Formats: sequence, C-alpha cells, structure tokens
Amino acid sequence: MSKKPSKLRLILRFMPGALPWFLVTIAFSALVMFCDMVMPQIVSVTVDSVLGGLPFALPASVLALLGGENALRGPQSGLLLMAAAVAATAIVAALARYVSRVAGTRGSERYVQSMRDALFSHIQKLPFAWHTKNRTGDIIQRCTSDVDQVRGFVTGQLVEMVRILFQVGFSMAAMFAMNAALTMVALGFVPVIFGYSCFFSWRIQKKFQAADEEEGTLSTIAQENLTGVRVVRAFGRERFERDKFERQNETYTMAWVNLGGTLSWFWTLSDFIPILLSMVLVALGSVSAVRGEISAGQFIAFLSYAAMMAWPLRQLGRMVSEMSKAGVSIDRLNHILSAPAEQDRPGAVAAPLKGGIAFEHIRFGYSPEKEILHDVSFTIPAGSTFAILGGTGSGKSTLMHLLNRLYELPEGGGRITIDGIDIAGMKAAALRDQIGMVLQEPFLFSRTIGENIALSLQQPDEKALRAAAADASLEETIAEFPLGFSTVVGERGVTLSGGQRQRAAIARALIKDCPVLVFDDSLSAVDTKTDARIRAALARHRGKATLILISHRVTTLMAADQILVLDGGRVAELGSHEELLARGGIYRSVWDLQMQGGEREHE
Amino acid sequence: MNNWTEREDEPVKLKFFGLGKILPYLRPYRGVTVLICLLILVDGFCSLAVPLFQRYAIDVFIAEKTLDGFPAFVGGFLGVLLLQVAASVIWVKNAINVEMFVGRDLKRAGFNHLQTLSLTYFNQNAVGYILARVMNDTNQIARMLSWGVVDSLWALVSIMGSFAIMLGLNWRLALAVMAVMPIAVVVGGFFQGKLVVWNRRVRELNSRITGNFNEGITGAKTTKTLVVEEKIEREFRAATADMRKTAVRSARFGALFISITTFLVVLSIALVLYYGGQLTREGLMLIGTLSAFTNYALSLVNPIQNLAGFITELITTQVNIERFTGLLATKPGIADSPKVLQKYGDAFEPKRENWEPIKGDIEFQDVSFRYPDGDENVLEHFNLKVPAGACVAIVGETGAGKSTLVNLVCRFYEPSEGRILIDGRDYRERSQLWLHENIGYVLQSPHLFSGSVRENLLYGRPDATDGEIAAAVRAVGAEGIIERLERGYETDVGESGDLLSTGEKQLLSFARAILADPRIFVLDEATSSVDTLTERLIQQAIDRLLAGRSSFLIAHRLSTIRRADLILVVQAGKIVEQGSHEALLAKRGDYYTLYTQQYEEEATSELLEHQTE
Repeated sequence: MSKKPSKLRLILRFMPGALPWFLVTIAFSALVMFCDMVMPQIVSVTVDSVLGGLPFALPASVLALLGGENALRGPQSGLLLMAAAVAATAIVAALARYVSRVAGTRGSERYVQSMRDALFSHIQKLPFAWHTKNRTGDIIQRCTSDVDQVRGFVTGQLVEMVRILFQVGFSMAAMFAMNAALTMVALGFVPVIFGYSCFFSWRIQKKFQAADEEEGTLSTIAQENLTGVRVVRAFGRERFERDKFERQNETYTMAWVNLGGTLSWFWTLSDFIPILLSMVLVALGSVSAVRGEISAGQFIAFLSYAAMMAWPLRQLGRMVSEMSKAGVSIDRLNHILSAPAEQDRPGAVAAPLKGGIAFEHIRFGYSPEKEILHDVSFTIPAGSTFAILGGTGSGKSTLMHLLNRLYELPEGGGRITIDGIDIAGMKAAALRDQIGMVLQEPFLFSRTIGENIALSLQQPDEKALRAAAADASLEETIAEFPLGFSTVVGERGVTLSGGQRQRAAIARALIKDCPVLVFDDSLSAVDTKTDARIRAALARHRGKATLILISHRVTTLMAADQILVLDGGRVAELGSHEELLARGGIYRSVWDLQMQGGEREHE
Repeated sequence: MNNWTEREDEPVKLKFFGLGKILPYLRPYRGVTVLICLLILVDGFCSLAVPLFQRYAIDVFIAEKTLDGFPAFVGGFLGVLLLQVAASVIWVKNAINVEMFVGRDLKRAGFNHLQTLSLTYFNQNAVGYILARVMNDTNQIARMLSWGVVDSLWALVSIMGSFAIMLGLNWRLALAVMAVMPIAVVVGGFFQGKLVVWNRRVRELNSRITGNFNEGITGAKTTKTLVVEEKIEREFRAATADMRKTAVRSARFGALFISITTFLVVLSIALVLYYGGQLTREGLMLIGTLSAFTNYALSLVNPIQNLAGFITELITTQVNIERFTGLLATKPGIADSPKVLQKYGDAFEPKRENWEPIKGDIEFQDVSFRYPDGDENVLEHFNLKVPAGACVAIVGETGAGKSTLVNLVCRFYEPSEGRILIDGRDYRERSQLWLHENIGYVLQSPHLFSGSVRENLLYGRPDATDGEIAAAVRAVGAEGIIERLERGYETDVGESGDLLSTGEKQLLSFARAILADPRIFVLDEATSSVDTLTERLIQQAIDRLLAGRSSFLIAHRLSTIRRADLILVVQAGKIVEQGSHEALLAKRGDYYTLYTQQYEEEATSELLEHQTE
C-alpha cells in the first residue's frame, strides 16, 4: 500500500473508541471460524472412528473429556456424544457470531460518530472566509458520502480483511496437517481466485462508475425538467423533453446492460472456481484415498476446509480494488480537517467592553487584487449611535465583517480598537459575544422560534425572551402562530417572511444585552411603521450600548449622533444629521429625495 | 435543497404487496423471464448434483478402493459444472437486463406522465420528492421485481431440490432435517420484521444528521456572530450519539437473524449425525450418503436467509409501489377535451397543420377564480379586454398574489367561472400547446438547462438559424456575454445554468423568448440585485421584447410600470385599483403609495451608486 502517512493518520485518528470493539469483533469471528473448523473434524471423527473403527485422531485430553475411547465406541453413546458436540459447537458459534456482529457495528458506529463529530466541530471552527470559498453542497457531500466510504473501508475492509486472512490461514494450516500434497494443489488456486477477482473488480468498478455518471445525467435531466416545468410548458416543449429523457434513459439502461455482461461472468466464475477446486480435490482425493493416503473422514473434512479457504478469497480482490476509492475519500475529508481553524493570538484577552470603537486607516479587500476599503478611519464613542449610509458595494457590510472578525485585517491594513484594545489581540469568542450583530439575511435554525431567539442564552429565560420579542415588535406575529413561542420555524417548520425573519434576528441579538449592537441593513424588509417602533425600543438602550445602524432610509439614520456616508470604500461625509444637511453633499441629496416623497405622502 | 431532509413515508399495506399494479410492466419481458426461470432450474439442479458426486466418490472409489469409471466420473462432474456456468452466465445477464428494462419503462411512464400534469401538482410537491418517485422508486421496484423473483426462485429450487434429494437418499433423515425448517423461517422472518422498523429509524436519523450538517454550514455566519458554536456542536453530538445507539440496536436484530437461522440449520446436522450414524452403523446407509446429507443440510443456510430477505423486500417495496402508482394515477388538473385533442393534437403529437395563427387579443369575461387548495375566490366576475399589442402591468407587495392573472393567461390554471378568450375564442377550445407555443414567458428567476448557450437559446424555436440567434442576442444586448464566454455559443452553461451569473441568465432567457417570437408575452420581473450596467441592459431588453406584443408584466421597476397601457394593483390576492399610470397617481390610493416608495428606493440607490462611478 502506498498510502501517504497523512491518510493513515486520518484513519487512525478516529480509532481509539472503536478499536476495542474491532478487536472483539476479530476475536469472536475467530471463534466462529474455530467452530466452523471443528465441525468438519467432528464429522470426520464420527465417520472414521465412531463408525469406521479407526483409532481416534484426537488429543488424549479431548478424548478423556469425551469419556474415553470405549464410551465413544458404544452403540448409542458415541453418536449421541458426537451429535451433542455438534450442537454445542453450534451454540458457541451462534453466540460468537452474534457478539462479533454486534461488536462490529458498535465499533463501526463509534468510528463514524467520532468522524462526524470531528468534522462538524472543525467546520464550526473554520474561519468564515473558508465557508464562503467552499460550496455547501460539496461540503455536505464530503461529510456524508465520503464519511460512509471511509467507514466502509475501515469496518468493511480493514476488519473484514483481517478476518479473511485468519480464515484462509487457519484453513490452510488444517489442510496442511491432513495432506500436504493436496494442500499444494489447493494453494495453486489461490492466485487464480485472487487474480481474477482483482481483475474483474477493477473492470466492474470502471463500468459501474460510467453507469453511475449516466444515472447522474438522467437525474439532472429529470430535475431540470421539474425545476423548469414552467419554461417547458411555456415553450410547449414537452415532446422535446420526453425525447431527451428517453434518449438518456436508454443510454443509462445500456450502460447497466453492458455492466451486467461483466457482472454475470464475474458472479458465475466466482461460484465456479471454488467448485472447480472442490471437484479437482474430489478427483485427486479419491485417488489418494484409494491409495490409502487419506481416510474417508479426512477426505470429507479436507473438502470443507478447501471451501472455507476459497470462498472468502473472492472478496479479497474486491477489497483491494476498492481501496483506491477510499483513498480519494480520505483526501476529500482531509481537505476539511486540515484547513486551519480560527485561532486567537497567544495571550489574547477577554475583557468586558464598554464599546468605544475606532477604525484606524483600514485597507481591506476579499482578494488581494481588489481593495474594497481605502484608508477608512472614524471613531465611535461608547454608548453613542452611529449610522452608515452607502450604495451596494461601498463596503458597509465589510466594515462590520471586520469589526467582529469574520475576516481578519491583513498586516498593514490598519487596525480596529474597542476601548483602546486592538481587536486582533482579543479572543474572538469574547469579542463576538459582546457585539450583537443582526445580519441582512438572517439565518434561523430548524427549531422553535423561542429557541431561536434565546439561542445565545446559557439558561432559558422566559422574561428576557418576551422582552426581546417585544422590543423587536415580534409579539403579535408570535401570538398568531398556533404554538406561540414553541412554533418550529426554518426548513422543517413554518416559513417566515423576510420581515419576520429580520425581526426574529433582532430579538435574538437584543436578548443578550451586548455593549455593541450592529444592525446591518436589517430593517430593509420591515415596513416603515414597524421600523419606527423598533427604533423607539432601541432608543431605550441608548447610552447603555453603542449602536451601529446601516440603512438606506434616512428616517432610520437621522437620529444618530454621527452619520457616515461611505462612497466606493472611502469616507465621503461624516457628521451629525444637521452638519451633513448643511454640507449639501450626498446625504443632503438623499434626504431631499426621501423627504420630498414623504411630504407628498402627507399632503 | 430539500432532498437532504426528505422524510420517510409511513409504511403501507397493499393487496398482494401491490404486485398486481406493477406486474404489467413485466409483461413485455415474459419470454425472457420464463427463460431465466428455466435456466435457474438448470443451475439449481447442477448445484444440487455436486454433493452427489462427492457422495459417489466416497461410497464407490474410497469405500471400495477402486478407480473403475474414474474418467467418466470426472467427465460427468466437469460437464455438470460447465452446464452450470453456461446457465448461470445467461440468466444472470438477462436478470440484470430485465431489471434495467423494467426500470427504464417505469421511469419513462413516470416522466411522460409528469409532462401532462398541471402546475398545481408541481406547486404542491417539492422537486426532490417528485424526483425521488421517478428515479429511486422505479429502481427499487424494478430491483424487487427482477431480483426478488430470481432470488426467491433460486432459494425455492435449492430448498425443495435439497429436500427432494434428501428424501430420495433417506426419507426419515430428511424429515428430521425438514422439521427444523419452518422454525428457521418463522424465527428469521420475525427478526427481519424488527430489522425493517429499526432500519427506518436509522435512515431517519441519518437524514437528520445530514440536515444538521447543512444547518451547521449554511448557518456558519450566524453561529459565529452569536458565538453559539458550542451549543450547536453539543446538539450535533447528541444526534450522532443517538444514531450510534439506534444503529447498534438495529444491528442486534440483524445479528440475531443470521445467528439463529444458521444455528438452527447446523442443529439439523446434529440430528443427521445421530440418526444417520445409527443407520450407517446398522448398514442401512453408506458413509458417503451421510456426508452428502450434511452438505445438503448446510446448503440450506443461504436460501433460507434469502427467502426471509425477499419477504422483507416485498414488504418494504410496497411504499415505493404506492408512491409511484400514486404519481401515475394523479390526474392532470387541466386537460384538453377529446374534441380539442382530435383537432389540435396533444403535447407529444401536435397537429400543427390545424393550428390557427394568433393575433393576440385577450379578454377576461366574467372570470371568477379560486386556487384548488384555497377557500375563497381571488377573482370575482373580473372583466378585462387587452387588445393585441397592449401592455398590462401588475403591481403589488410581495406575496399579494400578482401571479394569479399570469397563471390564468398562461392556462397554468383555468377560471373557476367565466371564460378567457384569445382572439375571440375561449382558449379551452384550443390545445394547451397551441397557446403555450404562442406565449413567451420569462420568469423572475431565469431557468436555463444544462447544455450549451446555443441549445438554450434554441429551446423555444429549435429551427432558428445562426443569423436569427445572433439577432435575438443583439436585440437584448447580450452580445457582450457571448463574447466574454470562452467558447461563445458552444459554452456549457452548467447545471441549471449555474456557471453564469443571474444577470447573464436573465438576458439569455430574454433572448430565448425573443427568438421564439410569441404574440403574447408574460414577464415576471426579477428584483434580484444586479449591477447598474446589467440593470440598464435588462431594461432595454424588456423594451425590445414588448414591442408589438400583447403583454402581461409582473413589474417592480418604475420604468417597466410606467410604459404599461393598463396598471392593475393587487393587494391580498385581489385587484384593488386599475387604470393608467396618470389616472392612478391622481387618485392617490394604493398605487400612489407603492409608486412613491419604489421611486424613493430606486432613486436613493441610484444616487448612492452614481457617486461610485
């Protein structure tokens, strides 16, 4: 195996909890195997000695345990003992089989559990920049299909392979003990079985992959037909769609028919070769037995062992050819697990904040070639209200991303301080915990609306929940829900409108009593009346928290202590409402425009 | 992406496991199926003969210490094996073929039926759900039909053949072995049944975990800003721990099933050894026969387990059969009358020679309408005349029900009462396809298909020339897009056009509509945020599109609204105001409010963006 050490390390990383169970599995399947091996011996002894009168080929201790030679030769007792031995072996085998299977699942589930937990935990810790670079569907694919693939490799193949090697080894040893010459013949079949199964598995895998791709294409055609059903109908292209699907359906079917040809040979030969082996052994064994080199009982036992050796060998070929698949999956998981997680600087502090913020000469772009913020500086005194106005792409949201360190400022990109402390030297969790940020397109988790709002609380607090919902003007909406605060929202529950989602997110941020609150255009989907009510509620926080508002509505912005107009990543205007009005710049134009509409409305 | 969290349907019980509903799909392949069955018999008998050869070797060659007839023995043995190989290769290949052909036929039936269903069905069922009916259920049904039959037949042949031979060898011993059988099947069946239930739970948990992953990834920004990573992670760990416990419980039943059935069969060997040994000792049976008996008894393990497995498969597949036949039984909400079909043809076989050319006059005559799942009329006795070439704009808040009129014009829904006339005739007197080929429809979220840009542009009119394509692209100002693309018109747009930006998709879908050159045009205008330049291009494209056609627009942009001949204002599903732009402004009602608000937003954005340029 030419596995890179990192692949091996990844496989071993999740082993600790699972390994004991895997060892139990292997130990007990060895016991099953032992029982399976003993069975032919019992039959052999019965045939040769109990019935045939040959001396017992048993160790003295076993013989004594069974009551001595005479008891065994007794007309009834001997057979009864042998039958009892078979039954006893069967019971032990059944118990061992049960234990080994359950232990196997335990190990496998532990393994996959620690793999999933590690992935999820790591994904949570990865920087936001990583999340924006990777597609959700792709990551989920890795966390599900590739995890299954690796699990299949570890439990289905590594463990199974150890078991098979045991079984093959044991059978060979038993055969050698009985007749070396016949064993050599049986051994001659080993490379044949192994080789052809490798060859076929490799071919089948390729054809299978091809068929899989055709199925994917077929599925895409059907899916696009369904998502685009209005387009199909509007252009009257049902017939075209039918033919397109029909063609690919045929292609896919024929890919499988092609694969079926190979499969039918593979399966048939898989059965044929071991039977051929037993035929050869029957023929040669007969000759040996006639020559008196082997007894009838041994002949029977030998055939059983040969079968035990030959059948599992077929699987070994498949396993070898599937290793390459597992290797690819491991690489895909490594892509996630080896991505560097967010890390605080050594000696990072976690001080309670008052909320005096300063942006100092900020230069930043998401990619090095395209700078979005060009030397932006401003300060926000603790407890004041600060408003930002700017067009799409002017860098408003970017400023907020930098403030709670969803993105880190590069070296020489200026610095942001809160209460005089550079945020780069703070613990990220402590920083974010004290900045209540409401995003423009908030995400709600699939759980109750109450749980969503109280997400950041350690203990459920009914009073705080109601107060936050009230401040966010969400009470009436929730009262309309059938289950009130216990109504499940999100993907698996009630779908909320954009405005309702925004208000839920506001309540979620308000429940925490943060020294800094940021509203990143988070009232855009809320009507003007509700907007005003929420702002009135926010006014009560005035002085207690630093408030940053981003909006297009001047009515939202005008009451702020300072208003910043951002233009193409530069500070265009900065001052109070009155100052900016007097200045007659962008803010003034927007104000005139919106007030003129407002006045018209009130005429 | 709902398919990550698709819930399992409740298990169902059908008459004869629902086989009656799907056996017709096996009919075309009944010849092959019979051949498969015959070859399985051959294969099975060959397998059964193998222990007999061993018996012969022991009882004749070894017991009598002679090699008389040895070459014939080897020849016979080899002959049987080769016959088996031939039979097996042929039937396995054909069984796979039957599985695939039945699956293909089922898929075709499902897909073609979907093409006739009305949009109500697609609004009520998620894409992932419908897709699973066509792709997964059909696979499962075909597999059960083909392999279920094959496996169970094989198992039956093995079990019955083994018993027949055992009976022939020694009937008393055979009966002793047989006594174990029913117990093994019943016990096995019981644990298999348990296993089915637990496997369901495992699958449900599995999709929950996938859902959790989805949430953990799409909600990453929120999780970080709220600093709730630990909480979310704790919940995830609870789910995976739950998964482990359930999977282990499920495995217990699987392990019990395998252990007990194997145990019971092996136990029968104890019987064979005891009674058979006595018989041999008394000289009533030869040693080789005894060995053959143990072989036959052991060979029962797999067939018994297969049989139990098949019964389980039969039980679980009922759900798939139910869902799939349910799809086929869904009646299209809108169907052309037989008379119309006879004259105009259906969607697959249109009789274009009988189609009248269209002018584009549209008239709503006393139309009342309620949605099939709604409980009140959203239109009542609505009258509207749109002369050919006129433009109607529909405005209103998101979710106010602006799509209703458009759905009616496109005949995605039909009026509950009253009629809609196209060129003076009720549109139900002509086929849906006739109407649809004359309507151009551009959606809020443009939808492209996998394939090249050219293939997508040709979607509405496959026989357009290169010159016409280029003209359409120029008309919407999309030539810049084509130039930027690496392979021009031959560039692959990706699944659902994902390799293009929203603005690019929008413009190309306009070009596609222009190329189809319909007399009636319906536009569901996008509100998606595109850059100012694209915005302007889209604006111009719309103007070109509408020139000279009757049109219905669900409009958001002021420029689009203002150019309309008639504006309908929709609120809470009903039309509250209608008239020209000037008349409605003068009225100072809902339109006025909407208009000023929109004006303010657009002007503010423009003001702020303008600075940047």
